[in-house]
Amino acid sequence: MATATKTVKITNRLGMHARPAMLFAEVAGKFAATITVGHAESDQVDAKSIMQLMMLAATEGTALIIIADGEDADNATEELAALVDSGFNE
Amino acid sequence: MKLMDIVVKDAIIPELVATNRDGVITEMVDALVNSGCVTEEQREEFTKAIIRRENKGSTGFGHGVAVPHVKHANIKTMYIAIGNSADGVDFKALDREPVYSIVLLLSPEDQPENHLDAMEAIFSSLSQDTFRRFLRQANSPADVLTLLTETDNAVR
Repeated sequence: MATATKTVKITNRLGMHARPAMLFAEVAGKFAATITVGHAESDQVDAKSIMQLMMLAATEGTALIIIADGEDADNATEELAALVDSGFNE
Repeated sequence: MKLMDIVVKDAIIPELVATNRDGVITEMVDALVNSGCVTEEQREEFTKAIIRRENKGSTGFGHGVAVPHVKHANIKTMYIAIGNSADGVDFKALDREPVYSIVLLLSPEDQPENHLDAMEAIFSSLSQDTFRRFLRQANSPADVLTLLTETDNAVR
């Protein structure tokens, strides 16, 4: 099994509020890999759960670590990082 | 952030009368108006804004709960209203299940950090099976307040 890790920074002013969290969970859900995200490697939540993503309270400037484990782990972290970098298209 | 600091005690509705989504949102904003948190003039504007937001994407994130909300320039302080529906309401939830507990949040537009903090407090509670069960079973505002106080005091 492949593992991939990527650190991203929230760039949009409103942070990861409900709509970005929905987008994030939706993209994460496309992948078979187990994906978590959090403020530290030891403090992760399920990236496919909107409720858990909302518990990150990730404001603008917050650094998040995305960890994926599975065959498509690399693609998953790439795509999720791109989504965050784009400011969730806001 | 503690939920008790932002939940309006007089806007806790253990038995919602409304049976559909927009009716529930209207009833809950009305409770905020009656408790003096929202003015008569703002009532319609806020209600419509919350419904518009809900139409863009359901805040029924599953497990029988929904968190309709709006950020608005005319909101100066965060307020939460809480409502229960025994029969369940169709919120077009992501899991397509009915919604039994609704947490409605009004946030000032220029305080995204506070909005995210409030959401964190809300979902830290709502993501727990026991909290959702107790909230749904609460049949008086006092029951809800007791639950919220216990949750706020629990170490997260």
